[in-house]
Amino acid sequence: MRVPLSWLAEYAELPPGARAADVAADLVRVGLEEEGLHTGDVSGPLVVGRVLAVVEEPQRNGRTIRWCSVDVGDEAAADGPAARGRGIVCGAPNVAAGDLVVVSLPGSVLAGGIAISARRTYGHVSDGMICSARELGLGDDHEGIIVLQDLLGPEVEGLAPGADAIPLLGLAEEVVQVNVTPDRGYCLSVRGIAREYVHGRRADVRTAFRDPAAQRLPAAGRPGHPVVLDDRAPVEGRAGCDRFVARVVRGVDPRAASPWWMRRRLQLAGMRPISLAVDVTNYVMLALGQPLHAYDLDRLEGAITVRRARPGERLTTLDGVDRALDLEDLLITDGPDGERVIGLAGVMGGASTEVSGTTTDVLVEAAHFDPVSVARTARRHRLGSEASRRFERGVDDDLQAAAAELAVRLLGEHGGGTPDPGVTDVDDRPPRRAVPLPVGEPARLVGRDFTVERVTDLLEQVGCTVTGRGQVLQVLPPSWRPDLVLAADLVEEIARLDGYSEIPSVLPVAPPGRGLTTAQRVRRSVSRGLAEAGLVEVLSYPFVSGERHDELALPEDDPRRNALRLSNPLSDEQPYLRTSVLSTLVDVLRRNVGRNGPDVALFEVGQVARPDGGERVPPRLAPGVHPDKEQLGALYAAVPSQPTRVAALVSGRWEQPGWWGPGRRVDTADLVELVRRVARTVGVDVDVAADPDHAPWHPGRCAVLRLADRTLVGHAGELHPGVLARLELPSRTVAFEIDLDTVVGAVDGPVRARPVSTYPAAREDVALVVAQDVPCETVRRALADGAGDLLEDVRLFDVYTGEPVADGYKSLAFSLRLRAPDRTLTAEEAGTVRDAAVAVAAQRTGAVLRSA
Amino acid sequence: MSAPNKQYDPVEVSLLHPDEVERARLEALAAVAAARDVAELKAARLAHAGDRSPLTLANREIGALPPQARKDAGIRLGAARRSVADAVAARQAELEAERDARVLVEETVDVTLPGDRRPRGARHPLQTLQERIADLFVGMGWEVAEGPEVEGEWFNFDALNFGPDHPARQMQDTFFVDPPGSGMVLRTHTSPVQARALLERGVPIYVAVPGKVFRTDELDATHTPVFHQVEGLAVDEGLTMAHLRGTLDHFAAAMFGPGTVTRLRPSFFPFTEPSAEMDLTCFVCRGEDAACRTCGGTGWIEWGGCGMVHPNVLRAAGVDPDRVSGFAFGMGIERTLMFRHGVADMRDMVEGDVRFSRQFGMEV
Repeated sequence: MRVPLSWLAEYAELPPGARAADVAADLVRVGLEEEGLHTGDVSGPLVVGRVLAVVEEPQRNGRTIRWCSVDVGDEAAADGPAARGRGIVCGAPNVAAGDLVVVSLPGSVLAGGIAISARRTYGHVSDGMICSARELGLGDDHEGIIVLQDLLGPEVEGLAPGADAIPLLGLAEEVVQVNVTPDRGYCLSVRGIAREYVHGRRADVRTAFRDPAAQRLPAAGRPGHPVVLDDRAPVEGRAGCDRFVARVVRGVDPRAASPWWMRRRLQLAGMRPISLAVDVTNYVMLALGQPLHAYDLDRLEGAITVRRARPGERLTTLDGVDRALDLEDLLITDGPDGERVIGLAGVMGGASTEVSGTTTDVLVEAAHFDPVSVARTARRHRLGSEASRRFERGVDDDLQAAAAELAVRLLGEHGGGTPDPGVTDVDDRPPRRAVPLPVGEPARLVGRDFTVERVTDLLEQVGCTVTGRGQVLQVLPPSWRPDLVLAADLVEEIARLDGYSEIPSVLPVAPPGRGLTTAQRVRRSVSRGLAEAGLVEVLSYPFVSGERHDELALPEDDPRRNALRLSNPLSDEQPYLRTSVLSTLVDVLRRNVGRNGPDVALFEVGQVARPDGGERVPPRLAPGVHPDKEQLGALYAAVPSQPTRVAALVSGRWEQPGWWGPGRRVDTADLVELVRRVARTVGVDVDVAADPDHAPWHPGRCAVLRLADRTLVGHAGELHPGVLARLELPSRTVAFEIDLDTVVGAVDGPVRARPVSTYPAAREDVALVVAQDVPCETVRRALADGAGDLLEDVRLFDVYTGEPVADGYKSLAFSLRLRAPDRTLTAEEAGTVRDAAVAVAAQRTGAVLRSA
Repeated sequence: MSAPNKQYDPVEVSLLHPDEVERARLEALAAVAAARDVAELKAARLAHAGDRSPLTLANREIGALPPQARKDAGIRLGAARRSVADAVAARQAELEAERDARVLVEETVDVTLPGDRRPRGARHPLQTLQERIADLFVGMGWEVAEGPEVEGEWFNFDALNFGPDHPARQMQDTFFVDPPGSGMVLRTHTSPVQARALLERGVPIYVAVPGKVFRTDELDATHTPVFHQVEGLAVDEGLTMAHLRGTLDHFAAAMFGPGTVTRLRPSFFPFTEPSAEMDLTCFVCRGEDAACRTCGGTGWIEWGGCGMVHPNVLRAAGVDPDRVSGFAFGMGIERTLMFRHGVADMRDMVEGDVRFSRQFGMEV
């Protein structure tokens, strides 16, 4: 909402010399946040001039310039065609002797920063410039210069050459722009802002606020234009329209222009002046907050009926769009039985009854429409308007008669119209309800004591009527505050007017907490562990394209293709939510490789959305309703599963080359070890096996990771070369993605510690020859199982192929560390354990002990 | 070697002559002293104290002396040999110390050589900042709660007193999940966890909720469609706006330093009443530059929204608003990081360039 200071000053006491910044500072105190301060960018000397003489001088280029003498009220030496006045060259065709014009003298700066100086042009020295509206920032008109007699009308009376044109035209007017929160519909008016400004000044509204709605109203009694309110399908039990005031003004001069001050105020408030009838409705709306609609009375067909839409009805709105109406839309109609639709109530009028350049008789509508009904219609038709914005947020339902009266008066004053004596005021408003306020409630919520007198005084400033004695006050909110329905709403008013700055600062003492949960601690350990291992954490957007699933070569029936889709994605190319973290991490890798070279190691911890198709649409409940157990169960069940995943993506080298020697490319083993290490960090062991069939990984280089009970944890390894090519990632890029929730679930309470034996260890090395396709892990596990309790550790230290190992076989060299808890193992005992270990390996894998 | 002299004959054994012994001893000491390294010392030791050395040979001749002369000769020779052995040992220690010192010098490496075989990793500062904030609240006895990012509309709006037709619901720039009417959205704030936490934990409750939220804003220097908030919710008997202010003042001081000046400004949220925004004095101009681009010349920058939990929110969660009261707040993590660390462009936090995170390392 933009408020020119002069307009504000009409309704509120402004201290002398108050600037826009001061006003904004007072408004923010009561909750109207500054969005901007505006003022004209024109600076003087800019004066009123009277054109004394004009000489037309055709030029060789075909143009005609006008060599003018202009009296600007000074003694400047004459150089023009007349004996007095400054010589000024003017190109505009409409300049004529006798005109009062606006002259920018040398030294002035016009809109857009154009500096004016005396300069030689077309054979004359032009000692200033006669201005057009555009040059002064007063609109787009650049066809001709401003003629003040036309612009100001009768206000031009008494204006003398030399008068300062800046205040005359409001060119230095300051405008405060504030953000109005959706609960404060009444602040979408200068009236509302003025009232709040008085609160912000901590002044008394009874003396510092002049209510523009306090209009002298015509005596009621004579019927006006017939209006019928016929809402047979109220939305949520509330009538779509509970008040409708209609006034008729006849004989308005269709050529009458809006007065300059009104046009200027509309401009400063951010609206375009259009015609007298339209300008008046907009002006009254900005002044009071009541949206008005002006109909061409001649085009109306009889009584106005406000009703819901009927099947198949359509309306062409003022914006020229033909719209199919919904049965819930509230309409303004006319004709017999309201058969013709002439407007979407509270949103936009129809083209058929629009005021035009020939309209002389005007019907002014000032109605009160239900916020929900208007909101739904505006949303349904994607048709937000100045009117709907106000009705949605709540319009003062006591304002309609005054707003119509003000409009009628302005049409009479500036358009020569005569109001009909009849007044239509259909008033079905429900009575306002008082809100009970326990006297202790302000202190209970604010943490600061207020006396009953103070509470009463502050609420009366807001416009409430406070009655009742004893422990509970009865507070009747004013008509412009439909948002005040609960005691808490009143407490906010009390705290706000008293000043939030008065609220003390007290740190509450919470009961002892239990610290972070296991899941929270595990997530931290895992992230920290990966970062310590040299990976950089990133946060990618969870939006993916449908093609991403193809790029990752996911099979048609892969559950990861079952992605949620957004109705309104930011980019139509990426409408899906990721089902794996890797699917969005790849983009971050590509960006980093592009910027920082091929050696990149990234990880991300984040949620993925994995609907299983079993989700049902949840029940709808009204605000403030506590769902029963069954409803609550349905609300929870409707939310799709969203496990937390951690993914890593590493390209290029794991170790850099340097003075120490060559670097080393990252490989599958690095990533598998990373997963094991991360799981081990939080005390969980994972089993590793080959998975030849899991996109997007390389079929020969993909490890599947499981818990001891076979629960899937995730996959790690090199990505498929085809996937890498499609995603334009470096070849041999490796990745893992694991389900962190599964790892957390496997954290099995506190570790039970085993005693540490201080007896010496025995080391036994064995080299086993197995077929090439036997996984190392299988052999290792067999050795471990065979070695039994005395085994402390078994570690692969060499893999060998070639002579004398036969083709198709490999030799795996393991080192076994054996130790007993209670004695030093003898060589014989160690040998027995080794033999037992080898025996199991031989039995399970066909391993043969390689003779030295 | 002479034969054993059992006859007590006064035989002259030249090797055992005192002058001869002394000469051999002095020669030995000279050789030891002349040894320049452990190897030379070994050679000197073999030559002067070894099996073939004069003193060792002389020792063997003692038996050739008549019994009455053996004692003197033994004493004399023993002293000489001890003297040589001591000298060897001393010289050995000396030479070894010299050798050890020399080896250490020879082993000198350039300690300024880089060891960056593995590039450094880093946490994302938005994550570490959220953890730091969580720790702050855990330190006050609060707990950390969480919730899903794809959220039911009931939790995101209705439970928070956003009516289906309330303008505020339209102002949230919500991502909706297909099909229309699915009842699912990307949560527009961390506040749905308020409802979840109240339903699941009951009162008294003190929880902080850091997390990811979504609005349909295009990415630019100051906006991102995916960002982070930390929600706070405290509901207990006797909680007031004074406790809200106290908590946020403490939080602000922990984030931005003890001198941080805060302001509560009246505002509106459907799920709090009374409602407020918390502003901080502008970090750039401290309120002294009317043309400041950070605060727009107002001297204040918005940190986040807050207020007393609306009675309808408590009721929706089955909590009696007449018995308990509470406050809630939601602060922007990105804004906090920007103010705290002078991050000028939101895109740096979003794009995942490793150079951004590496500046922060593991802590913020």
